[in-house]
Amino acid sequence: MTKIRLETVPELIEKAGEIRKYLCRCARYAGNVHLAGPLSATDVAVALYYKYLQFDPADLENPERNMFVLSKGHNGVLLYCMFCDMGLHPWDELYENYNKIGHSFGAHPNRKYVHGVEVSTGSLGHGLSWCIGFAHANRNEGINSRIYCLLGDGELEEGSNWEAIMYAASHNLSNIVAIVDNNQCSASFMAGENIKWNSMADCWRAFGWDVREIDGANMYEIDRTLANLPPVNLKNPGKPVCIIANTIKGQGVSFMMERPYAWHICGLDDEKLAETEALIDLYTAEQKKRA
Amino acid sequence: MGGFTFNITDIAAMMNAKDLVTKKLVQLIKENPKVCYINSDGTGQKGAVRDLYNQYPDRVLDVGIAEMNLVTVAAGLARKGYIPFGQTFGPFLCVRALDQIHNDLAYNDLPVRLIGTHGGLSSGYGPTHNTIVEFGVMNAIPNMTMIAPSDGEQCAKMLEASLSWHGPIYIRIPRGEEPAVYNADYEYVIGKAITVKEGNDVTIIATGTGVYNSLRAALLLQEEGLSVGVIDMHTIKPIDRDAILQAARKTGTLVSVEDHNILGGLGSIIADVLVEAGVPARLKKIGINDEFISFGYPEEIYPYYGFDGPGIAKTVRAFCG
Repeated sequence: MTKIRLETVPELIEKAGEIRKYLCRCARYAGNVHLAGPLSATDVAVALYYKYLQFDPADLENPERNMFVLSKGHNGVLLYCMFCDMGLHPWDELYENYNKIGHSFGAHPNRKYVHGVEVSTGSLGHGLSWCIGFAHANRNEGINSRIYCLLGDGELEEGSNWEAIMYAASHNLSNIVAIVDNNQCSASFMAGENIKWNSMADCWRAFGWDVREIDGANMYEIDRTLANLPPVNLKNPGKPVCIIANTIKGQGVSFMMERPYAWHICGLDDEKLAETEALIDLYTAEQKKRA
Repeated sequence: MGGFTFNITDIAAMMNAKDLVTKKLVQLIKENPKVCYINSDGTGQKGAVRDLYNQYPDRVLDVGIAEMNLVTVAAGLARKGYIPFGQTFGPFLCVRALDQIHNDLAYNDLPVRLIGTHGGLSSGYGPTHNTIVEFGVMNAIPNMTMIAPSDGEQCAKMLEASLSWHGPIYIRIPRGEEPAVYNADYEYVIGKAITVKEGNDVTIIATGTGVYNSLRAALLLQEEGLSVGVIDMHTIKPIDRDAILQAARKTGTLVSVEDHNILGGLGSIIADVLVEAGVPARLKKIGINDEFISFGYPEEIYPYYGFDGPGIAKTVRAFCG
């Protein structure tokens, strides 16, 4: 049985390596999955699901649970890999029946089909507004758990995000933690090539958020940042927190990181799978040496 | 169906649906700790809603001028077990925030109640502030329920009934003062049409404010010897197929009345029901003829487009003549 609660950073790094390999196996066996985006979001997602969410597959609807909203819904396969690893769903269903008619693991996650998914997403720019609803509900009931939202940098081009960003800070919803997987690439463009940010961090700050910009591929830094979030204080709330996790799309697989847009949605053959698995092993070993 | 009185049109009490809805919601918020209310810059400087906004900072919200956020925040509250009512100008809900309605309310299948005000041509501020598309749009979205109450009291009954209804509801109400259709109590059931007047020659199937004006038309035509029935089709989806087919079998001639585009609206839905059931009937659709309407206040616009009693009577007379 896989351990679903990990404490140390080396354990989390090891797990991130495993999940990256599972993602690549999905690209091999299921084919045509979003791959490069999930690879860049893997470290943050692993830190949350195996440690900070205190995710309990046996108690998914506990009103006091920490919640996670995958605003970049096209990364659903990343959730699926973690859920299968935790024994919540069978691997066969993922490898053999991904995005197949009548089966649960779709190209975007559906909360009714996949236990563990909080809300069905796919259309971009919705996640933070979901979190606002959750945050008010929790505050109304005195529940001081956290609500985490994972967004993409490309996704932030959607205007609806900024309605939510403005609102959450205005109402001191400091039980929300937005994490931007700042992977520097959308489906067509590298960061700054088309839509330009003068500074993403300054934009969030100007809207009233407490912003922490980190190396989103360094598990030590991710762990430190999540461990040091200010406690949720419902009576005297502060600012909501935005973590800008700087990553590279395709993180962990060097040839994907070099041309990430080419691996946005892809499949892998046996030879390419063997190559990526070897590269991920090397990458994971390197990560453990960082501190 | 049937069996109760409707108003004698000349002395019908005027009702403000929006005020009655607000009054009912205030009551529900106070009575039921699971009821939430979300507005979009409509809280007001003072009054009952502002008082509740101050009293319940996590249950009575105002997202500002941000309708997309309004819809998804409501979905989030519903996902946590609340019954949220979201209210703002209809066009900015059903057109601007349609992605959120489609994905977060309908696809996620959560019991949010959206109240789109200024329905039909009632805003008086032109096409940007009117809504002539929501029947067709909501009808085409799986899991949605679409309701257009015919008067203020019915709004209050419908809100009460909505508390136990599964899934999301879009409720369309007019802007200002409208005459009351009913002056006696009756049981309101979502999805169950009400026969407000029996008739043997032709049946008008109307919705929203069209019901009152159809009654006026029916009384005018009655004086000319035409027996006109009127059905209040307050629920557009799920449509009451039995009521439509029964009327078609009885009179063989139907007229739909809606302040909505005739393409995709109530008339189109009635036609679908008739064709699928293979029940022959003549059908005239009274509505907006696939155009962006003129500017003008409702009291002028409704007669201009033939939605007042005499206008509907004229169309029915010509169709039956």
